[in-house]
Amino acid sequence: MKNMRYDLQLIASLVENGNHVLDLGCGQGELLLWLTEHKKVIARGVEISEEAVRSSIAGGLSVYHGDINEGLADYADNSFDLVILSQTLQMVKNPRMMMDEMLRVGKRAIVSFPNFGHWSVRLHLLLQGRAPKTTSLPYEWFNTPNIRVLTIRDFHNFCAEAGITILKEIPIIFSGPCNGRVIRFHPNLMAQYGIYMLSGKNH
Amino acid sequence: MISKPKYYTFADKPGDELLLDCGRSLAPVTLAYETYGCLDDKKSNAILILHALSGDAHAAGRHHPDDRKPGWWDNTIGPGKAFDTNKYFVICSNIIGGCKGSTGPASANPATGKPYGTSFPMITIRDMVRAQKRLIDHLGIEKLLAVAGGSMGGMQVLEWAICYPDSIRAAIPLATTARLSAQSIAFNEVGRQAIVSDPNWHGGDYYDKKQPTDGLALARMIAHITYLSDESMHKKFGRRLQNRDNYSYDFITDFQVESYLHHQGESFIKRFDANSYLYITRAMDYFDLSAEKGSLKKALEGVKARFLVVSFSSDWLFPTYQSKDIASALRKNDVDVSFCEIASSYGHDAFLLEVEQLSPLVSGFLDSTYKGAFS
Repeated sequence: MKNMRYDLQLIASLVENGNHVLDLGCGQGELLLWLTEHKKVIARGVEISEEAVRSSIAGGLSVYHGDINEGLADYADNSFDLVILSQTLQMVKNPRMMMDEMLRVGKRAIVSFPNFGHWSVRLHLLLQGRAPKTTSLPYEWFNTPNIRVLTIRDFHNFCAEAGITILKEIPIIFSGPCNGRVIRFHPNLMAQYGIYMLSGKNH
Repeated sequence: MISKPKYYTFADKPGDELLLDCGRSLAPVTLAYETYGCLDDKKSNAILILHALSGDAHAAGRHHPDDRKPGWWDNTIGPGKAFDTNKYFVICSNIIGGCKGSTGPASANPATGKPYGTSFPMITIRDMVRAQKRLIDHLGIEKLLAVAGGSMGGMQVLEWAICYPDSIRAAIPLATTARLSAQSIAFNEVGRQAIVSDPNWHGGDYYDKKQPTDGLALARMIAHITYLSDESMHKKFGRRLQNRDNYSYDFITDFQVESYLHHQGESFIKRFDANSYLYITRAMDYFDLSAEKGSLKKALEGVKARFLVVSFSSDWLFPTYQSKDIASALRKNDVDVSFCEIASSYGHDAFLLEVEQLSPLVSGFLDSTYKGAFS
């Protein structure tokens, strides 16, 4: 596990053996491959990049080439133990629809995103007066795929309004690609990313 | 790789006829096939390849070392290739209604001793699959590791998954559809009209006379355009002239694309039977998985195999939306389905040509299927 990206390690630790897992925006399938091998999950992925889809199918995963923004209509209610949206919420066109769908299709959801409330982002805007660019948000304003700008506090409010229960909150900072630590105090200010396990109204 | 044509004859005893969807039966039946690689002791590593409209059982290898061309999918079947004959026993079966060693309109009708011609019964894709099941039973294979094919081969793959859900572990339908569009039926009809309008067609009774080769060549020329794309034709031919610098101001062959199509027609008539072309295109027109049960989702309810569905972006004959319909209906049935649209400028032909893109998907999928079943 130590060779996997730090945030994925933490997500993996939330998955139980044998879970049915759906990873939305699964990329090359790094997380799903690890989970298949080490936790014997039944893994499914959805991914928009053809190259990533080809790579993950070639690696033996079951992956569907598609745009998650179109929704999850083909999946039945409660057909997965876990639906994962890792580092993708900030790119989603309709986050409310996405979350509702994730919690319809899955008994639990795991969502992670970069925290725009981190002190480095605030400092950058304050001192430079320019759109924030940090290690976790490395894009320019004109080529960023991150269309949804949210902080940890925003996410808490969003869940409360949507009737989504936060079962687990894991705010983190990275100290290297595969290392980091969990932030206990003032996560909205001090955490680079937030990782959440969620459940819906009906659970 | 050297391969040998093989033949299996069945339905040659009373009560054993092959019953067809049209209500008639066919007896006896011969199916041509080829095999590559070795069947393991448990008979667990067999893969069945199904071919498209103008294909045949000679999918890979050469019959003789000095054959100019190998089988039609030689780039994908063989040692170390996508369908790796070092690991798998690969079978390619011909179809009934065909003309490459299997029972079809050119075969002798046992009742008359003469070729069936158009008295041959109308066959469907399902009938083709029924005959293939007899072959697989004869080879002693209870469960195929996978069935795979493109275009009409993909239609047979889908029919296998529905008709014999316990007989296959995995299905790989490529560049295919659950039913032809009106546009595709239209192209088939134009091709058929080219044949039946040929004065030499004689109602299908031409085997002892001059064959309707002009009509068949024309049908092939039309069809061949549908297998390419605007972009691929532009790259391959453009507006370039064939062996000349100026227009002829006549109706002879001026352009390279004209010469190419004529050449395609001329080669096709050497290896294909006009009546078979009529029967096989008709079977494709009739193929409609959603017709019986009202929806594609319902039609796929009983499948047990895992699926790899692939389409190609410039294929306008079997466009991506048709593969998406299949993949989506499978997903609604909670089937283990992988789907990918491969970007390609080759048009419908892409499933034969995009080896580099397609092979890793197929090998990875077959590998994980085998591991999932046997470890």
